[in-house]
Amino acid sequence: MSESTSTNTPKPSSSVKLVLLGEAAVGKSSLVLRFVNNDFQENKEPTIGAAFLTQKCSLPTRTIKFEIWDTAGQERFASLAPMYYRNAQAALVVYDVTKPSSLTKAKHWVAELQRQASPGIVIALVGNKLDLTNDGIDTAGEAPAEADGESAADGEEAAGENQEEQDVASGDARKVPTREASSYAEEEGLLFFETSAKTGVNVVDVFTAIANAIPESSLKSGRGAGAGTGQTSLGSGRPADDSRVNLGERGPATAKEGCAC
Amino acid sequence: MESTPSGPSPDAPADDTPHTPPAEIDLHPSSSEIPSTDSQGRDRSTTPEERPPPLPPRPTTLTLLDDGGAPPRTPNPSQPALQSRATTAVSLTDIASQDAGKESYTVRSLPGTLKARASLSHLTSARGSEAGDTASIRSSVPHGDVGDVENVFGDFLSTESGLIRQHSSTGLLQFPEFQADDVEDDFASEFEPVGEIGEDGDQEEMVLEKWKAKRKHYLILSAAGKPIWTRHGDGGLISTYVGVIQTIISFYEDSKDQLRSFSAGDTKFVIVSKGPLYLVAISRFLESDTQLKLQLEALYMQILSTLTLPSLTHLFSVRPSTDLKRPLQGSETLLSTLADSFTRGSPPTLLSALECLKIRKSHRQTINNTLMKTRVSSLLYGLVVAGGRLVNVVRPKKHSLHPGDLQLLFNMVFEAEAVKAGGGESWIPVCLPGFNSSGYLYMYVSFLDLREDAGSAADDSTTKEESVAIVMISANKESFFELQGMRDAFVEQLEKNGSLKIIKDAVDKGRPKTTDIVPGTVLHHFLYKSRANVQFTMSSWDPDFSTVSRRRRLMSTYNNLHASIHAKHTHVKIHHCVSQSSSSFAWVTPIFEFYCVAGANANRNALAQSASKIIEWVHKEEERLFIIGGAVSSVAICLHLVDVLICRRIGFLSELFFLIYI
Repeated sequence: MSESTSTNTPKPSSSVKLVLLGEAAVGKSSLVLRFVNNDFQENKEPTIGAAFLTQKCSLPTRTIKFEIWDTAGQERFASLAPMYYRNAQAALVVYDVTKPSSLTKAKHWVAELQRQASPGIVIALVGNKLDLTNDGIDTAGEAPAEADGESAADGEEAAGENQEEQDVASGDARKVPTREASSYAEEEGLLFFETSAKTGVNVVDVFTAIANAIPESSLKSGRGAGAGTGQTSLGSGRPADDSRVNLGERGPATAKEGCAC
Repeated sequence: MESTPSGPSPDAPADDTPHTPPAEIDLHPSSSEIPSTDSQGRDRSTTPEERPPPLPPRPTTLTLLDDGGAPPRTPNPSQPALQSRATTAVSLTDIASQDAGKESYTVRSLPGTLKARASLSHLTSARGSEAGDTASIRSSVPHGDVGDVENVFGDFLSTESGLIRQHSSTGLLQFPEFQADDVEDDFASEFEPVGEIGEDGDQEEMVLEKWKAKRKHYLILSAAGKPIWTRHGDGGLISTYVGVIQTIISFYEDSKDQLRSFSAGDTKFVIVSKGPLYLVAISRFLESDTQLKLQLEALYMQILSTLTLPSLTHLFSVRPSTDLKRPLQGSETLLSTLADSFTRGSPPTLLSALECLKIRKSHRQTINNTLMKTRVSSLLYGLVVAGGRLVNVVRPKKHSLHPGDLQLLFNMVFEAEAVKAGGGESWIPVCLPGFNSSGYLYMYVSFLDLREDAGSAADDSTTKEESVAIVMISANKESFFELQGMRDAFVEQLEKNGSLKIIKDAVDKGRPKTTDIVPGTVLHHFLYKSRANVQFTMSSWDPDFSTVSRRRRLMSTYNNLHASIHAKHTHVKIHHCVSQSSSSFAWVTPIFEFYCVAGANANRNALAQSASKIIEWVHKEEERLFIIGGAVSSVAICLHLVDVLICRRIGFLSELFFLIYI
């Protein structure tokens, strides 16, 4: 379980409630499964209701125990969402980089969180299924073909969105440009990552970034050395360039700290 | 075949048997012509005009134990006639009314008719039904001793076994198995996806071919004709068929005459209409109308479980053309796993009963007490379930648990991978339509890690049969953490008092083999349903029925036995059926239903003896095999299951109440 707890010296430990939201079939459960069990299942069946999982995340100065609510994305479960995000300190709003409508849905979730969730909730916008794009270098494989049919249907919804750079390469199933999502994230003061639960790219980084972004004050246990707080970077560059996010970088996340969203 | 002891010419009844060419649909629109039409069972007098419609072909020659080498499926016009000769529908009816075995044999083996037909036909004679009453008195002796059974069968031994042997050796072996239920090895492909048609429609033919090759289809459509769900293929593929079905259904609907079933060749179509929905089952297995109807009703319950009845009604009252696919999104796998369990053959569905894990009564009591001790106020139902077998249940006063609901829960928890694959604890809003179809309850599910090498996370190595789940249901959607706390305390207590070990051992031990119960028995498998408890027990699938196709063949045999013995207006209490590859035996009393299967050449005497030994064993082990009611105290949790099945009729889930009272 505790793959990320490596040190022996006891560090202050605190728990963080985290909720995953997003359209159905964007890969929420797969992200959690990758983070918790470092595992991936093809064609995972849709989550029913919600699943509760825990995983520890070790920071240099403290250990964060994530209590994760992995919710089902289907609309009929939407009315239950407040129950899960009500006391959450962090939220992962996930969309599918090959499906523009899923970003629209993600924006709705962000708005709802900003309106309804506890003030100070740390929100990360995560574009999943990076392996289906050319940015997901090594694992492109057969996957783009299967995603094409699905995305084609949603093509019109992408109208007006900036796709030029991604569409150049053939076999790229990407339909949501990184820039579009990242600039939105920046506006709203969200952490932003593009991930692949299949290959594991950026998955742990998302959770680590969240752990770092949680304000010290909202953690239950004693204070750590104060590092990390508010120092999370947004993955503002192309994910292909920085598959590992440098946590010590500059970033709008600091700005977000002040914003009572 | 010349030596057939039967009277009438073999050709005569062939008209009744389904020889209809596949293209010609044999419609039986009027309810009075359809056997399983109305639960009230209109008393159909057997005038020639109103003879029962052609019954489906019966699997008189199932190759139960032979996986490969199925004979070619060439349609043989003379097949039914020949097949029937292998069948000996034995019932106490005959035995009680006949002195000489030979004469009764003549009655039984009506040539050219199918087996069930034969058993139905004794009832048309006054003598038959009179004898049936006698028989029912005789067989209602709950613990029928072996001697009695021996007497019952004694008459036949001299005359019968010789005849049967003679037949199977001379006549039947030359003829191909009956094609309709000749479940070959390609059965495994039944569950494979048909694929999708490419954009240019290039693969359409292949996909359609695959789709048509499926032996079992389920379609759900709205009354307006919108496809909602189908087990095989997608909306585009099936839309034309859905259109045809809808046209046929509404044709009869318009004339205020509900279409319930029809058949085309060896394919049976059964339709259930539920409010704004039509559910259609298309089967090339030998399943009775009633059995298929039960399956469709379970699928409907699954839809209610996802949506609740008021919201389903509301959706369609607002807009009759509602596309229900969207609200049901994500629950398709639940429908599919449920459908597949029917296609594979499901004893709980066939018997409308549930299975319990066999443990000592005192052990169960300990678990009960632990469950009670750790119980929290928001808990409505608490269940411990091992691979679909109930270990324990706790419930509040004045609330019952419906077997149909349990079937849905077990399907969700054990069959659909979604819950287990999540790897954590689940919190699932679920409507239990048998309990209350108008609202949601909230279900906490967590799996126990029972493996010795604790420490590593539960992985895929635990199979469905082995996984043990704690299921806790509450009406309060906020009570997750409360139930989680209860679960932790409960499991800790179980660990302390050794109950976890007991559950694990019982799970590891599995179901007993027939030879464990009766050494050297001829029986390969049995099902025993305790009617009073609405629970059943059965022997291990291994070693004879461990593959999917063998298991399917076994279940077809059981389906058949069950259908014959529960056929309307029959008074059959004992039914013995011999085919080329197996002999099967059913025995129904007000206390129990017993079904078993043995090899083809099993001696009937041995079969009957084994059967009663197993029944004896079940009675001896009753308190371990079943969760028995009988109020123990006002606090303890007792299970009392009331079977309101009317004898000789297969009940519908909705008629069946599983009452647990304190």
